[in-house]
Amino acid sequence: MNRVWSSSIMQQIVFMGPFVVLFILITAIPFTFGIYYSFTDWNGLSDKLPWVGIDNYKFIFTNDTAFIHSLWFTIRFTIVSVILCNVIGFAIAYFLSKPLKSRNVLRTLFFMPNVIGGIILGFIWLFIYTQGFSTIGEYTGIAFFNLPWLATEATAFWALVIVFVWQGVGYIMVYYIAGLANVPRDLIEAATIDGANTSQVLRNVIFPMVMPSITVCIFISTVASFKSFDLNYSLTKGGPFLSTESVAMNIYTEAFAKNNMGLGAAKAIVFFFIVMIISIIQVSLTKKREVQV
Amino acid sequence: MNNTYFRKYALIELVLFLTLVLFLSPFYLVLANSFKTFAEITQNAATLPSIIHWENYSIAWKSINLPIAFRNTIVITLLGSIGIALISAMASYRIVRYDSRANRLLFGMCIASMAVPFQAVMIPLIKVAKWFQFMNNIQGIIVVYWGLGVSFAVILFHGFIKSIPIELEESARMDGCGPYRVYWKVVFPLLKPMVVTVILINSFSIWNDFLLPKIMLQKPGFGTVQLAVSTFFGEMEKDWNTALAALVITSAPLLVLFLFLQRYIIDGITAGAVKG
Repeated sequence: MNRVWSSSIMQQIVFMGPFVVLFILITAIPFTFGIYYSFTDWNGLSDKLPWVGIDNYKFIFTNDTAFIHSLWFTIRFTIVSVILCNVIGFAIAYFLSKPLKSRNVLRTLFFMPNVIGGIILGFIWLFIYTQGFSTIGEYTGIAFFNLPWLATEATAFWALVIVFVWQGVGYIMVYYIAGLANVPRDLIEAATIDGANTSQVLRNVIFPMVMPSITVCIFISTVASFKSFDLNYSLTKGGPFLSTESVAMNIYTEAFAKNNMGLGAAKAIVFFFIVMIISIIQVSLTKKREVQV
Repeated sequence: MNNTYFRKYALIELVLFLTLVLFLSPFYLVLANSFKTFAEITQNAATLPSIIHWENYSIAWKSINLPIAFRNTIVITLLGSIGIALISAMASYRIVRYDSRANRLLFGMCIASMAVPFQAVMIPLIKVAKWFQFMNNIQGIIVVYWGLGVSFAVILFHGFIKSIPIELEESARMDGCGPYRVYWKVVFPLLKPMVVTVILINSFSIWNDFLLPKIMLQKPGFGTVQLAVSTFFGEMEKDWNTALAALVITSAPLLVLFLFLQRYIIDGITAGAVKG
């Protein structure tokens, strides 16, 4: 009995079993079914799965202006957010990697918004944009605060970017601090002794050395902003006029508000391919750099 | 010495502090206004409250049934994240120490599944959840969180277990320890730092998750904190005084927890990135 129990197969079952069952049930089966559903006209309720071939995909790319629009919004949102998150995150990290007395406190506090979930943050900023800004505007007279932040398409876009960057910048900062800590001090000292000024040190010593962190941070922020859902849901509800509807939100509405599960599944597969391509680019970039170093 | 520090870094420190004040001002606005009446908020949102109105908090606490929402969220978060850590630590250990083709394939699938966004499994997941009666079921959503969380956790443990010398296990085996005791008595205690990291990372993401509870827990009484807050805003969008109190109640526990555990959390995040 004891010998059977300790046999290799038994160990494989005990150690791997729970993981394998969960992986199959919660990831593998749903993902495979999703591909199948995307070729059907399933409404989520009936037992029938009417096969429609590639009609869903055709519809997405030719007739579904809302989806195309949400994709375009998401791309613009991602580009702007990634740039801002990384520039600001790096700047804060750069200063926090100096031997400041308050660096640990500052690091903790800059990270704070990241701890709270997107839904609650969205509602917090709903208050800031609708009530807080108008008070500050009245006091200071600065036009920036008197803008109808959530009411026009252009300002609503920036309203979301501001909140996303506000939330994400601390997270990105933490990675850059770790990256900057790995830059050897003597390298910077040597460059300074050779007469390099601060910006030359930054450009020619620090940037090349933290390149791996930059790749990781750009990837993380790209994927996070590309999947953005919670903030859009709670802050703008995708409005005004669906102008801030992200792809993730468009998929959710298609599947669970309109009950077009087949079409929603097709959109999810398109979404998956885009995220996959981003991931492949990231992995190949990281690999290439590793070879160089 | 002190003087050079002052000259070199005081300006940087000052600029960072001013940025921080601006950066954290939304929290001030929410906290200050959560103690006011609605009229006082619309009159002036920037000042401190003239009289502290605690009743905003008691109204918020009762009106969206926060006690039940908190209980559900705590149960889901704790069991969800601990389960992920236990299941994936075991699997990762086996993958590292028993290098078979099947295990290598499974690990490859873990990495591949990192590229699968939740939206890509969300729709059929509801179908699977219905087979097992996981809908409107706290245990059900916990199992789904396990499934969604184990892949990343296996990757995290994988890098960590590789760095543990195998000699310890071998000598334990020489002393007559069976494989399960070797794992539980010798290996698992060494995994503690990574167990803490995995539990913390998953706790925050499960606590803050909105979409999965939104589609799985629709019956009243099963909701999580995130769902409770969002229904509040659906119904009483303009009652800012109680709404803000609700936002404070729901975000304060996380902030306090973070301030106590910040070192583990921040270190855990960067540790994950280096390996992943």
